[in-house]
Amino acid sequence: MTDTSVVQPELLTVDQLQIAPSRRHREVIIRYSLLVAALVSVLVSALIVWSLLREAWTFVTEVVWADTWGQRGWFPRRGLYDIPTIVVSTLIVTGIAMVVAGPLGLGAAVYLSEYANRRVRSWLKPALEILAGIPSVVLGFFALTWIAPNLVGRIGKNVFLVLGAVILLGYAAVSAAMARSRIKQYREGAADPSARIGAVASIAMLAVVFGLALAWILNVWLEFAPNNAGSLAAAGIGVGILTIPLVASISEDAMAAVPDSLREASAGLGARKMTTATTVVLPAAISGIVAAFIVAISRAIGETMVVFMAGGAADAALFTDTPFDGGLTMTAAMASLASGTDSVVGEGLTFQSLYFVGLLLFLITLSLNIVASRFVSKVREAY
Amino acid sequence: MISRLSDDRSRAAIAASIERRRVDTRGLLFKTVLQSCLVITLALLAVLLITVALDSTDQIGTRLWEFLQGTLRSRSEDDRLGIHQGMYGSLWIAIIVAVLAFPIGIGAAVYLEEYAPRNRFTSFIEVNIRNLAGVPSVVYGLLGLALLLNGQIFGLDRLTGGSSALSGGITLAILVLPIVVITSGEAFRAVPNELREAAYGVGATRWEMIRTQVLPYAAPGILTGTLLSMARAVGEAAPLILVGAISGRLGDNPGLFNIRALTDQFTALPIVITSWTVQSGRDAGFIAAAAAAIVVLLVFVLMMNSAAILLRNRFEKKRG
Repeated sequence: MTDTSVVQPELLTVDQLQIAPSRRHREVIIRYSLLVAALVSVLVSALIVWSLLREAWTFVTEVVWADTWGQRGWFPRRGLYDIPTIVVSTLIVTGIAMVVAGPLGLGAAVYLSEYANRRVRSWLKPALEILAGIPSVVLGFFALTWIAPNLVGRIGKNVFLVLGAVILLGYAAVSAAMARSRIKQYREGAADPSARIGAVASIAMLAVVFGLALAWILNVWLEFAPNNAGSLAAAGIGVGILTIPLVASISEDAMAAVPDSLREASAGLGARKMTTATTVVLPAAISGIVAAFIVAISRAIGETMVVFMAGGAADAALFTDTPFDGGLTMTAAMASLASGTDSVVGEGLTFQSLYFVGLLLFLITLSLNIVASRFVSKVREAY
Repeated sequence: MISRLSDDRSRAAIAASIERRRVDTRGLLFKTVLQSCLVITLALLAVLLITVALDSTDQIGTRLWEFLQGTLRSRSEDDRLGIHQGMYGSLWIAIIVAVLAFPIGIGAAVYLEEYAPRNRFTSFIEVNIRNLAGVPSVVYGLLGLALLLNGQIFGLDRLTGGSSALSGGITLAILVLPIVVITSGEAFRAVPNELREAAYGVGATRWEMIRTQVLPYAAPGILTGTLLSMARAVGEAAPLILVGAISGRLGDNPGLFNIRALTDQFTALPIVITSWTVQSGRDAGFIAAAAAAIVVLLVFVLMMNSAAILLRNRFEKKRG
């Protein structure tokens, strides 16, 4: 092995193999400045929570609690901070937005993932992305100037009735099935009085919910007065259009993650495309689709400008439970508090009420987003 | 079994059932419903664009130049009505976002993807960023209000001059930061590991490897993300309302080269649009003005968005 006749090369020392000190220092400096950049986000979260909690705490400790419940209206400048007013409006807008965005977004996603060929997809996906990129102020303008007079004003009443009837009938069908099993329980539970009480109570509850919903729908329908100056319904449709691309892209991702082998197996058993889509792909992607809906709900609750512009109420709002009235959602209430005088000055606790509502909003959207990310990671685990 | 199959009649029946043309009515109906979902969505988009374009002709068709140079006025028939303050405000905000959010966001993504050890602290930062991305934009406005205007923390209001373009820009930079981190992180993850190993193999340090291999390869992806977040920042209005953007009387903007304008009162295009839309209830002429401002905003936002989409599609195709 050793050939002494060859001249030995100079042996390398550890020092020579080591990186030059200046190079090493640069590495360390860069590493730590990048770490600082990553920590900025943690700082931002901490600051958000801190600033929200601080002012919200002042509000909680100083507000007259009687003014925050059952006052039938949100009038911050008069010291009336009725939380149910803005929460119910938020629910109405979010509900309408999901009625619009849910079917449209999911339908678009199923078509894009199961039916559309490559060429069609390459046109449709960018078009949806363009819709996703449209700023919410533009949707607010559209909701006020086009949706309010044309969709809500002209056909809103009847669409509402038809949709309400469809949902009620669906509910009735489901509850009839449930009632039947309860009646069976009742008959079988002759010896056990508690089972009988339970059966009667649950049937009664189903009936009461049905009656209340029917009364509400009829009431809204009868009291309909077209309001071209904006309404919760117009704002809700606007928010819905804004969230269609969100629902579509997240559910399409979930369906794209379903392996083709499942589709091929289904086709091999003789299933048609529709059967494959509805009984194989949709169930397999269900947690991603649920996540899409939750994210969209969270986005709709947090959407501000559309409701502020097209919600049909400025500065203050009466309590309303009908979508065709004007109203303030939580976010719109915050924006109008801040916009009235171009700066947030106010008597009493108006400033602190902003942060209280902001804290509520933050907690609601945060928990929705956490739930949604659980569902998304389920899809990842499965495939 | 076999004998029954070989029966002539059933043979014919089976052949017929295989060869007969069947119309899958339910399937066709299903497909049509799905298609109509897409058609309705795109039709709404088209109606939106057409409505805005038609509404805007009163301003854009007759006095485009004056409109671009004009200012906020209280009446829509005013000859000096226009959006120059809003455009300067949005431009400043875009610059501040680019200066603040892009380096910090990309830096954070480099750290998380290339340096960070896989431990609980790193995944805490990652979860934290994902949750920040879902926080509603008004809440960022509240943060800006507390931090930059009221100076409740660190007394930053003296630096920003209270309700100013600087405050608005910083607030929106914070808003888009998580988006920049997430999109650049995705771009870094798409870099093949062979590139990293090859760079280490020829003796590069970690930073040299990142600078010469990872960053150039991920550049299109990063650019896509930054374009999308810039479009988001320019179109965002809710946080600006909370940090006190002006919707009424405002002095002329001194121009882009006057740095002092940064700490003065400001407005931005989305705020102008909001204000005019809300005022259209008492003065219908503001609808045309708001629509014209929307056209200007959409030109910028959609240009950035389509550039991002094109860029991404191009590189996706190239790299298979």
